[in-house]
Amino acid sequence: MTEPLLTVSGLRVGFAGRDVVHGIDFSIEPGEKLALVGESGSGKTVTALSLLRLVQNASLGGTARFNGQDLLSMPERALRGLRGQDIAMIFQEPMSALNPLLTVGEQIVEVLQLKMGLPRPQAWPKAIELIADTGIADAATRANAYPHQLSGGQRQRAMIAMALACQPRLLLADEPTTALDVSLRGQILDLIGSLQQRNGMAVLLITHDLNLVRRFADRVIVMESGRIVEQGLVADVFAQPRHNYTQRLIDSKPERDLAEVAPSELTIVAQARGLRVGYSVPRRGVAGWFRRGEFVAVQGADFQIEAGRTLGIMGESGSGKSSLALATLGLQPSTGELRLGELSWGASVPQNQRMRRTMQVVFQDPFSSLSPRLTVEEIVGEGLLVHEPALSPAGRRERVLAGLREVGLGTDGDALALLRRYPHEFSGGQRQRLAIARALIIKPDILVLDEPTSALDVTIQKQVLTLLQRLQRERGLSYLLITHDVAVIRAMAHHVLVMKDGLMVESGSVTKVLQRPVQAYTRQLLAAAG
Amino acid sequence: MLSSTDHSPKALAAGGNSPTRRAWARFRRNRLGYWSLLIFCVVVLLSLAAELISNDRPLLVRYQGQFYVPVVQEYPETTFGGDFLTPTDYLDPFIREQLDRPGNWAVYAPNPYGPKTLNYFAKSPNPSPPSRDNWLGTDDRGRDLLAQLIYGFRVSVLFALALTFTGVLLGVLTGAVQGYFGGKTDLAFQRFIEIWSSMPELYLLIIFSAVFAPSLALLLVLLSLFGWMGLSDYVRAEFLRNRQLDYVRAARALGVSNWQIIRRHVLPNSLTPVVTFLPFRMSGAILALTSLDFLGLGVPPGTSSLGELLSQGKNNIDAWWISLSTFAVLVLTLLLLTFMGDALRDALDPRKAEQ
Repeated sequence: MTEPLLTVSGLRVGFAGRDVVHGIDFSIEPGEKLALVGESGSGKTVTALSLLRLVQNASLGGTARFNGQDLLSMPERALRGLRGQDIAMIFQEPMSALNPLLTVGEQIVEVLQLKMGLPRPQAWPKAIELIADTGIADAATRANAYPHQLSGGQRQRAMIAMALACQPRLLLADEPTTALDVSLRGQILDLIGSLQQRNGMAVLLITHDLNLVRRFADRVIVMESGRIVEQGLVADVFAQPRHNYTQRLIDSKPERDLAEVAPSELTIVAQARGLRVGYSVPRRGVAGWFRRGEFVAVQGADFQIEAGRTLGIMGESGSGKSSLALATLGLQPSTGELRLGELSWGASVPQNQRMRRTMQVVFQDPFSSLSPRLTVEEIVGEGLLVHEPALSPAGRRERVLAGLREVGLGTDGDALALLRRYPHEFSGGQRQRLAIARALIIKPDILVLDEPTSALDVTIQKQVLTLLQRLQRERGLSYLLITHDVAVIRAMAHHVLVMKDGLMVESGSVTKVLQRPVQAYTRQLLAAAG
Repeated sequence: MLSSTDHSPKALAAGGNSPTRRAWARFRRNRLGYWSLLIFCVVVLLSLAAELISNDRPLLVRYQGQFYVPVVQEYPETTFGGDFLTPTDYLDPFIREQLDRPGNWAVYAPNPYGPKTLNYFAKSPNPSPPSRDNWLGTDDRGRDLLAQLIYGFRVSVLFALALTFTGVLLGVLTGAVQGYFGGKTDLAFQRFIEIWSSMPELYLLIIFSAVFAPSLALLLVLLSLFGWMGLSDYVRAEFLRNRQLDYVRAARALGVSNWQIIRRHVLPNSLTPVVTFLPFRMSGAILALTSLDFLGLGVPPGTSSLGELLSQGKNNIDAWWISLSTFAVLVLTLLLLTFMGDALRDALDPRKAEQ
């Protein structure tokens, strides 16, 4: 048995006297693919960053022996030599990890000059070679591109090229695919895998996505609130999880539990024919002085929402699905026909208010969708102020409490104290429940769900979806569900639309679209989701 | 920092109270800011009651069996046995003598000089250094420095409060309109601001002070006209950022009116630059008045002001007590304001709570 490449023992990380990682031990063999799995706040990213002592204001304890040296106690100068050279890192968001003012080629050349001491004339061809290795076509020209001129996938590839410039022996990959579209995730992971084999380096993959772990890693470590609860070979852990947290993670795949409405009883609550959404954008050149161009986000969309059923809209980022949602909500001007029952947007202010009452929305990010300076009572009760102004403060509070109970908040403990709390005092899942309570308090018929779970941890995702399913069964709500996640569509939708570049490429019942997709694009989406 | 860690049960217990009380608890947690507020309030209150603290007229006089209240009413010298019908000079040794006779008495203010009182009976030439008569000395015209500082501070603080208020009001209003409505409104306002800000403010001040009789009200109007633009830009930027966040979209989806969205959602989340700049605006206003006074364009002649004292300090460089004490008052005021501003910003941010 060879000496492990990296041996971490008793690693502790603390902030301001409070430990977030409580003494963990693990090791990585040379050329091994190890995955570190856990939910947000489990300490997995902090663990990786602290191996390179990149966490600010943290107190570190324990040892991390790499190549016979302790990373945690070696002098800063020596560590700086290791960073990028022997241990490289790639981050979640390539846009913010790359310098926007330098071309990607220059950034890679800089690494080569600094770390390998290559003179510039030799470094440039080497950089192009590295970029070509990551599968970017026409590498010589792309090396001259600035980060914003590359697509998300290309940026992440450039990041990988930069990380691998010095042929590190260990690559720390912190959620390398989370910011990318589903169809790109597999490709990037395959790329890391093939480069790993070629260079014989070890990879520590940090992720919350169990699909990626199953597909990529040899061994897996499961972390929960700063402790390792389970580690072992991927196949073993997935087949027989020993710890119940691992079990919960594996079980967190959303399940379908919907009331099926008989086709004869369907009533249509909203209908769109030839819906078109365009944004005005500046034109280039002299023409831009006089006229503005138009970017068409949604083109000729036809759909209908039926009472008590869910219409799922699937697509990648930029496919126009969020514009469609905003147009349906009347928050974005659109042309074409869009009717809610008998009403359509923009006829008159009282009519708009009546329509607002029938349709509400829950957004993706529960951190930006609640105003940080309002209390829970003010946030949830706002709809009542608008639509039932006659309600007394006491009556309003009663309704707010009832609404909170319905989404599973305030059922235990001091409910009045709950009303006075601010959004930042809640976890992501609780905040999403607050957003649902705010939408439901005026008793709408239709709820637009714009990626309602994609900002949440997997176990929380399942809870929120279960809540939404229960609300639909109990209240007969209709959902317009927008998501890129096939698993969510499978669990929630009755009818599915697939969008690409503003056009609807496929539409049909959920079983038909997911099991017998007609379009190549749909098949590609489904394949990427695994 | 004094306030960085406080895990006391008091701070945790504050969690259950109303938002206002929690904001107050956060303010108090910043001890420096809290004490600055207390000291500042006391000093301002004292300066508002300056007539009772520093006055050349006695607060109460008993003369030949009758009560007189010179602090609110003027009496001719003949009242107290003098020869003329002129207003009584209570520093006159003769009057003092009259009031010290058996049966007569007078209650003087702790510092027996008003802002314009000339001490004709000073024992040393003007400007005279600190002594038992004049605790901080006198200026070059023989006026008591302590009295000048008290009255000058009062003028400065009241002026700064008024100027800050109007500036913030105008700045937030214009910034909010530009940022929330955006588009053509924003464009028009931005061009207006560019033109308006290129007006030569100082020249206008000089011209206006030549045309009109100089007064504090005129200064307030002129400085307000030009003082709102910097803040307006920050508020506009915050509004532009906040109006497209999801919570504003959610409020629009609920059918909340524009005005309510501004008031309940966007404005409270856009006030960070306003609150951050508040103490600096206040101290900036004090300094603006001070520098205008220094240039002789400020308060009407005869009004005591910190700027006028500074310029006296410059002219009488040997009279160290003038510049030193004025400087000390200015520095202390600005420090207190800055500390209070820090605490206020923490208090208004609920995310700062219970950490």
